[in-house]
Amino acid sequence: MSSLWKFKSGVSRRAVLKGAAGAVGLAAGSGGITGFPYVHSAEPKVLRYLGTAVNEGDEISKKCLEDTGIKIEYITATTDDVTKRVITQPNSFDVLDTEYFSLRKLVPSGNIFALDAKKIKEFDNITPVFTKGQLPNGKKIGNQGTAPWKVLYLEGPNSKTFSATPTEFVTLIPTVYNADTLGIRPDLIKRPIASWAELLNREFKGKAAILNIPSIGIMDAAMVVEATGQHQYADKGNMTKAEIDLTMKVMTEAKKAGQFRAFWKDFNESVNLMASGETVIQSMWSPAVTKVRSMGIACTFQPLKEGYRSWASGFCVSKAVSGPKLDWAYEFVNWYLSGWAGAYLNRQGYYSAVLSTAKANMTPDEWGYWMEGKAAVGDIKAPDGTVLEKAGALRDGGSYEDRMGSVACWNAVMDENDYMVRKWNEFIAA
Amino acid sequence: MTQDRKSFVAWLQAAPMMLIFALFFLLPLVFVTIVSTWDYNEYEMIPAFSLRGYSDTFEGCIAGLPDLCTILKTYLKTLKLCVLTWSLTLLIGFTVAYFLAFHVRSKTWQIVLTLLCTIPFWTSNVIRMIAWIPLLGRNGLVNRGLEGVGLINAPLEWLLFSEFSVVLALVHLFTFFMVVPIFNSMIRIDKRLIEAAYDAGATGWQTLVNIIIPLAKPGIVIGSIFVITIVMGDFVTIGVMGGQQIASAGKIIEARLNALQFPAAAANAVILLGITILIISSLTRIVDIRKEL
Repeated sequence: MSSLWKFKSGVSRRAVLKGAAGAVGLAAGSGGITGFPYVHSAEPKVLRYLGTAVNEGDEISKKCLEDTGIKIEYITATTDDVTKRVITQPNSFDVLDTEYFSLRKLVPSGNIFALDAKKIKEFDNITPVFTKGQLPNGKKIGNQGTAPWKVLYLEGPNSKTFSATPTEFVTLIPTVYNADTLGIRPDLIKRPIASWAELLNREFKGKAAILNIPSIGIMDAAMVVEATGQHQYADKGNMTKAEIDLTMKVMTEAKKAGQFRAFWKDFNESVNLMASGETVIQSMWSPAVTKVRSMGIACTFQPLKEGYRSWASGFCVSKAVSGPKLDWAYEFVNWYLSGWAGAYLNRQGYYSAVLSTAKANMTPDEWGYWMEGKAAVGDIKAPDGTVLEKAGALRDGGSYEDRMGSVACWNAVMDENDYMVRKWNEFIAA
Repeated sequence: MTQDRKSFVAWLQAAPMMLIFALFFLLPLVFVTIVSTWDYNEYEMIPAFSLRGYSDTFEGCIAGLPDLCTILKTYLKTLKLCVLTWSLTLLIGFTVAYFLAFHVRSKTWQIVLTLLCTIPFWTSNVIRMIAWIPLLGRNGLVNRGLEGVGLINAPLEWLLFSEFSVVLALVHLFTFFMVVPIFNSMIRIDKRLIEAAYDAGATGWQTLVNIIIPLAKPGIVIGSIFVITIVMGDFVTIGVMGGQQIASAGKIIEARLNALQFPAAAANAVILLGITILIISSLTRIVDIRKEL
């Protein structure tokens, strides 16, 4: 809200400037036609950054200001509200931090600017996970759901259609991604967990949880359905109506039997549920597992034989951005990919999009622990300096290749999304 | 002439309120109603007439008989929570207001104690609800205490993320909305009426039923309107305290909004508004608030 207000007052200040120095402004040809005359010396470089709280660290904005002189104003909202805001108020932000699966809603609205791949310095070094759907070593990874490479390119600068083949018009520059799986409390479960089927195992009645985001919750359920051999989906991220019915039936039976303790939507909620022992097995995010562990409570981000559900986010730019602001947006994205931020994200248990620059900003021990699945030589520290793991520890799930190579599907928006939401409401009412 | 001028002045005085009311309440409501009859796709509303938002909502209500359809189940659940919350807040609110109005003699203490009732509002809604987890959770204070005393062997699961916890949180939050209007009605009851009843030999119970309750009716109705309208539309408290597994009318709207299906959300909002208006108008039929005030 405060940033919105700042924006408004900024406009009126510009309007005053324009009025006072109107003739001068026109003579200088400073874009009076667009209504945004720009006076370089008087204007600080400010970008309004819309996203969820997860990636909006103060550390990152501070470092960015230090390195580039660009001041980042965070506008924080939940995943769903970010999407709503892009569709209804495209003028209220400059840079957007969102996930690839949202693009199927955002791009057709025409509010997303097609970025020029040539202006992204490290574009060719972005991991082939995004550009080709394969690991750096050439191994193909799962393409079910809204996989990034399906929605990465546009057909033209003003196109609303995704291009299946690479073009120079890019929708979203990837920054951070991960392979998600179930978090478990090994101290309370006391036996090995190896399959998604365990999520609905009666043994954990009243102690399981999933995400309260219908499109993601249903995919976790689909992993269970496949793991128990009830059905093989052609695409878990794009189910037919019959498949939605089947998956919801499985979920409804589990809900009626009291399998779920709660559904969570927020990072902290998931941490609370796990740390308090309300749940012992649930869908989770990697940094949430780390947080539980840093509280001295045993928690494992458990690799499962059916693979991971992956997600990826990055930066879009609003169609309303033009002129010098657009240059700053490119500058910001280029800075983000230049290594410092990537290393910061890697140390949180996420992955950075340009691996080479991140590697240059991490110690060999850090790189070995987080990326190569090697045992830590010294203590592993979080970005804020707290010790996360003692020397000798191994990362859950192993190396980058092991984890990203086992991705089974990507967060998605289905063609039958409308039907799915209705079924979700029915599931909640059951 | 003077009559005309008087009514003109009256209109003028009411104008600012009317303007605000029209601009920020009636107009948006008209928009919502219009949008509820539009079509939509994955990312935008399409201004073409379609009753899809409504027909989808009532999907399976006839075909699925004798099983209840989603919307009926949801409203039954919402009404159940509403009735439970309403009766509990009324009982507690009435008792608290009675104590404040008739047992606390000094004005100062009445004010101090009323302010004490606002304590639940000193913290944010979210904090207040999160605070229940360490209290009611599986390893929470209550379960630990009961186990310690030896009353139970295994923790009580129904204390949290259940209808019980939802109603508990709602009552905790909204009892104050009952206390204030009822207290306000009670404080204006002429004390001589109660003395007269006492002199005429009425018991305490008879005085309560025949004098205090009838005279406190406007307060009871106003408090009820507050509580019922809030609970009918609530999705945050029901969501958090119910572990997001309890259906409510508000939650349906939220799910639709989050999926960017604005017309469907608007249709559900219109339905909820209609049902709430029905409840409120039958309440005001029982007591004519305007006359009583």
